[in-house]
Amino acid sequence: MLPQTEQMAMHGLINRAIQCFYRDTYGAPAWAELVRALDLDFTEFEPMLQYDSALTYRMIDAMASALGKNREFVLEDVGTFLITNPAAEAPRRLLRFGGYTFLDFLHSLDDLPDRARLAVEDLVLPALELREHGLNQFSLRCSGDPPGMGHVLVGVLRAMADDYGALVFLEHAGTVHGTEVIEITLIEAAFAEGRSFELGLARAEGV
Amino acid sequence: MDQLCDLLDVLCPMHLKLDRTGHIDHVGPTLAKLRPGEIMVGERFLEVFELRRPRSVKNMADLMGFARSKLHLRFRDTPRTGLKGVLVPAPDGGGGAVIDLSFGISVVDAVRDYALTAADFAHTDLTIEMLYLVEAKSAAMEASRKLNQRLQGAKIAAEEQAFTDTLTGLKNRRAMDHVLARVVENGGRFALMHLDLDYFKAVNDTKGHAAGDHVLQEVARILVEETRSDDTVARIGGDEFMLLFADRMNRRRLDDICGRLIERLEKPIVHGDAECRISASIGVTMSEDYPDRDIARMQEDADIALYASKHKGRACHTFYDISLRNAAYIGAAPPGRGDVTLR
Repeated sequence: MLPQTEQMAMHGLINRAIQCFYRDTYGAPAWAELVRALDLDFTEFEPMLQYDSALTYRMIDAMASALGKNREFVLEDVGTFLITNPAAEAPRRLLRFGGYTFLDFLHSLDDLPDRARLAVEDLVLPALELREHGLNQFSLRCSGDPPGMGHVLVGVLRAMADDYGALVFLEHAGTVHGTEVIEITLIEAAFAEGRSFELGLARAEGV
Repeated sequence: MDQLCDLLDVLCPMHLKLDRTGHIDHVGPTLAKLRPGEIMVGERFLEVFELRRPRSVKNMADLMGFARSKLHLRFRDTPRTGLKGVLVPAPDGGGGAVIDLSFGISVVDAVRDYALTAADFAHTDLTIEMLYLVEAKSAAMEASRKLNQRLQGAKIAAEEQAFTDTLTGLKNRRAMDHVLARVVENGGRFALMHLDLDYFKAVNDTKGHAAGDHVLQEVARILVEETRSDDTVARIGGDEFMLLFADRMNRRRLDDICGRLIERLEKPIVHGDAECRISASIGVTMSEDYPDRDIARMQEDADIALYASKHKGRACHTFYDISLRNAAYIGAAPPGRGDVTLR
């Protein structure tokens, strides 16, 4: 997806997640270097504030060029990091509330934007729609801003499948009329043990 | 009846069924999970659960009297988890009853204590959504709390670095220290005045802090008006001010300035219905008396001179002189600092 040219707000939680992904994966000096390259007048995104979305796309591009990777790969890595980062359990846990099994979870994705809004009122995620194409064959349609979210979702789904112990095949099938399509094949629902998930937690981890 | 239990196991997994004598003859799967290794079936309901509201229930007949009402109960053994319930007479007309239970507000603890999973709740039950919400809100609240902490920290840091006294808009002690260091470095001549308000404590005590604050602001205004733009005026304590007069100054001019300052400060300051009367005592030092330009010593001496003014009866100024150091009252209780009398 091309970056949006008009000014739009991006939730700080998203920028913060991207920042944490880069800093925790490639180190604080790499992040400091990026801050300089982006000419930011701050060093940390505040998760509860809003930012101009153009900055988010610039940040992703700067990461892609610093790492010598495609922007799509960077986005996917961000998604995986969101779920697997041991320092912030909240996203994984909150997504696990969506379903008892990976299949339940897939079906809960339609509700994800509403769930996100329940948690953080001004966090707007793209609309998601899961379609079933026969046994264990699905597609997830992701439409709306921010563009590129489909790639983040691929990373998220990959990590969540792992979390549930499910074996899946995932592929970003491109964008049609502004809607990103992810093909999902559920090969085996209970392939591995998965990570345990207790509903009750003494205290939720910060994000 | 078995069919009914099968149905209820899915719809109300925390139900139990009582026979006509008040003994448990079926327990829903989630309720059974709360007491693993224990067989509730066959036990008398009122011996397993304590009915907390209504309290008067002693037997099955009493219990049936509260059909369709809200019941508050808890386990008699530990963990004594609180439960809500409702009883309906069994549809077979055999005198038995079905009681459906839920955790009510203790659900967050209960889910943790009993390690319950989504499979333990009916698909229509909103418990999972509620747990999600509790956890999501805690996470969001935590993020907000951290933001507030950071902002608070930034505010404190900014205040610590600030050079302005927020009440009066004058420079503060920190700023004055910087200015003093600079003039010493530049080598120019200057005079230092340490000014302490007289009777200010009485204003604060009798007219209130708002009046006191107003007086301080008026004092600040007068001090700024009576000095030149090159001079520096700072509030360095509650009712203490320090004035630095740049460039060459002589005693006569400083006499004039002190006289004018005290005269203006003694004019009543009106705040609402109150008329506040104060004055000022001043101690003065001049840089030419300090060949080594020891700024700490200069400030100390200005304070001694101020002290002498207080001792002389306040509302006056004194130039520092070595003889003041040897005066008998040095080291005695300060006569004028923290006045209590109102003129």
